[in-house]
Amino acid sequence: MTPTARRPWAVGALVVLAMPALLPMLSAAMAWAAPAGEVWAHQLQYVLPRVAGNTIVLLLVVGVATGVLGTALAWLVAGHDFPGRAIFAWALLLPLAVPGYVLAVVFAGALDFAGPLQVWLREAVHPQIRLPPIRSLGGAALVLTLCLYPYVYMLARVAFESAGSRSLEVAQSLGFPRSAAFRRVLLPLARPAVAAGVALVCMETLADFGVVAALNVDTFTTAIYRAWYGMYSLGAALQMAGLLGLLALAGVWVERRMRGRRGYAGERPSGALPRQRLRGLPALAATALAAAVLAVAFVLPMLQLLAWAYRHAATDLDARYWAFAGRSVAIAASGALVVVAAAVLHGYALRGEPRRWVRGIGRLATAGYAIPGTVLAVGLFAPVSAINDRLQAVLDAAMGAASPQLFLQGTLLTMFIAYLARFLAVGTGPVESGLERIHRNLDDAAALLGSRGLGRLRRLHLPLLRGSLLAAAVLVFVDLMKELPITLMTRPFGFETLAVRVFEMAAEGEWERAALPSALIVAVGVVPVILLARRVTHVA
Amino acid sequence: MPTSKLARVFCLSIIAALGVGSRPAVVTADTLVVYSARNEQLIKPVFDAYTRETGVEVVFTTGDAAVLIERLAAEGRNSPADVLLTVDAGELWNASERGLLQPVKSAVLEKNVPAHLRDPAGRWFGLSMRARTLAYSPKRVDPATLSTYEALAAPAWKGRLCLRTSKKVYNQSLVATMIAAQGEAATERIVRGWVANLATDVFANDTQLLEAIAAGQCDVGIVNTYYFGRILKERPDFPVKLFWANQGEGGVHVNISGAGIAKHSRRTAAATRFLEWLSGNAAQAHFAGVNLEFPVNPQAAVDPLVKSWGSFEPSLINVAEAGRLQPAAVRLMDRAGYR
Repeated sequence: MTPTARRPWAVGALVVLAMPALLPMLSAAMAWAAPAGEVWAHQLQYVLPRVAGNTIVLLLVVGVATGVLGTALAWLVAGHDFPGRAIFAWALLLPLAVPGYVLAVVFAGALDFAGPLQVWLREAVHPQIRLPPIRSLGGAALVLTLCLYPYVYMLARVAFESAGSRSLEVAQSLGFPRSAAFRRVLLPLARPAVAAGVALVCMETLADFGVVAALNVDTFTTAIYRAWYGMYSLGAALQMAGLLGLLALAGVWVERRMRGRRGYAGERPSGALPRQRLRGLPALAATALAAAVLAVAFVLPMLQLLAWAYRHAATDLDARYWAFAGRSVAIAASGALVVVAAAVLHGYALRGEPRRWVRGIGRLATAGYAIPGTVLAVGLFAPVSAINDRLQAVLDAAMGAASPQLFLQGTLLTMFIAYLARFLAVGTGPVESGLERIHRNLDDAAALLGSRGLGRLRRLHLPLLRGSLLAAAVLVFVDLMKELPITLMTRPFGFETLAVRVFEMAAEGEWERAALPSALIVAVGVVPVILLARRVTHVA
Repeated sequence: MPTSKLARVFCLSIIAALGVGSRPAVVTADTLVVYSARNEQLIKPVFDAYTRETGVEVVFTTGDAAVLIERLAAEGRNSPADVLLTVDAGELWNASERGLLQPVKSAVLEKNVPAHLRDPAGRWFGLSMRARTLAYSPKRVDPATLSTYEALAAPAWKGRLCLRTSKKVYNQSLVATMIAAQGEAATERIVRGWVANLATDVFANDTQLLEAIAAGQCDVGIVNTYYFGRILKERPDFPVKLFWANQGEGGVHVNISGAGIAKHSRRTAAATRFLEWLSGNAAQAHFAGVNLEFPVNPQAAVDPLVKSWGSFEPSLINVAEAGRLQPAAVRLMDRAGYR
């Protein structure tokens, strides 16, 4: 082991990275100092017990379901050959490009009592026939699982494939059948990646507002908005958001404790994972499972979306859409670069860091992912405006009446800071699990060879991490394509993106007109997902 | 793609983002800045008309009213905003309570906007009226059995009523004005009656609710009329009808889409002229017409489809009450189990 230097740069970097997420939490803490007592008493009696129950059930169901589905699909694709495998390998990632709120609205429209399926069932089969209600906790869990499982699938597949053939060969040479080798060797090796994926899913579920609002399920998030929008108590809303952030931190902490001190470092893979050829019934079952997931999570909803979009394209689609799409791609790509770069810095600062308080700061930096975007944006907006005012005052004092009007809060700078606060966790998940798989002995060897600092990062770690970095970049990119509340609040005047377009239509309930920009979000988001999904396969 | 090439692509995209994004809002004397909770497609045509008529450019950003209000508050003295435009009286009431709007003295606005649709202190003014009333299936409901919102709590409607979620501000303001008219205890009894009569779980929006009535999931519900109008424009034979509630008994509940002038606006006179123009006959027909709402100015023309639903007696309770009593209404609905 390298003796741990004091590494002041690491502490400094982590503090800077934690600031964007910490500022809104500080706003929340200050809100605690002026408690909204009346609102809280009411919340405790009538609201919180119910929403806490719903939130916990939703978290458990979605966490377990995405964990099982994502890992199973990853193992199926990484370890087996079956008809259609080459297509499913990347196509199973496509639901990533679909915003959760869009999927929820499509499901609600198609499967509710007044939707086409139930109308047909009543007319053609039996007038009393009913499907289980889609506007329910179960419906929300289904939709969230379908749009979030790719996080687990993607990270688990990278882990399986980069675990390489050797671990599998060793296990099989010890007499374990392939299934046991998977269970006892590959699965534990992939565990940090699966855990990172499920952690992302859980935080996304905690912060979700779009899906639960569209399917009318009351969770912590809806209670936050109800206190703020309905009872005009932003204080109570911030306090609840702060609790949500703490809950997420506790979850991350528990996951790390459970993982314990086992080392997961693997060697550079010796070769591609050998795939088992499935035949007959198992092959059919594998194809059917993958096809069913893809159809329900992506193909059918997209067909519905396109049908709606087509109806309004003649009147709504115009030249401005080039600019909407261009801006969406530009801020998503540059935001992804910023977040991934920050995630590498974060992972590197934490690598081999034994001090608990320093690691704690590192964790804090990722808690923003569990805070609803609107709350986070508002929490950040106040401090940024305050800084803007200070600068303005300095400027006014220096230049007098001729000083220009500063407007920091409505610039891309603020937008990127807020993106960092919210999406750092999406970058750190893959980066960290990638770093964990690089054995510390390699660092030591590199140190002996005189490679350290940035040189070691560039020449040793970045090449080994490439798969994880690409995974992180895709995840952040598609998240930013779909992101709405932060973009909406911090965008410069007239800066419209596809997601903002969806908001304009959806806010007044014109969901069918929102289908056009929604479909374009998916279309634009799908391209990098496909390109990079193939890339991820090759890197491994 | 090698890493260096990838890096180049990323750098280019950053430059593109800054290039596309940083077109600065040049705020000159001939510009007005509007923070609008009313959507782009419902305001831009009206703003464009104003620019054509007067040469004054209107720069705007959209978002949820609660967020725009926090933005105004955070920006304080340095806010570029001149006008706050919302789709609910409660938000305007809240903004004025927090000292974010300034009072305006304008004979034109006082003449054009009826007293119950504006702030008594002149800090905000209604610009269009949104009526929330009963919708029913003419196949299964005899309109003679319909009368008031309150009557929907009667056991006769058990298993036949559809409601939208109480999270939507339109229901919060409806219940708030019921509290204003008859007190909390009576209102809570009514809301409990509604909940007991629900045919299915509450809906996320009025359109779903109207579709549910058409499909036979329930027989009667409470909706904003323009949602009905939008469906009717596409499907003239849609099997649902409107019923004007509470005629002779307090009137139909109305909310407003309206605006006020930001406290720290540097162009108060120009902003006032803008609001006055918006309350005039031509702008009123346009502003309300794009979304099949009702003009606040009684002189302005009403969209023919909207006109075909007949005239009605609106509630004359000042819409500011809806804001003042909204937190109480939300708590009441929580207690009554209205989700």
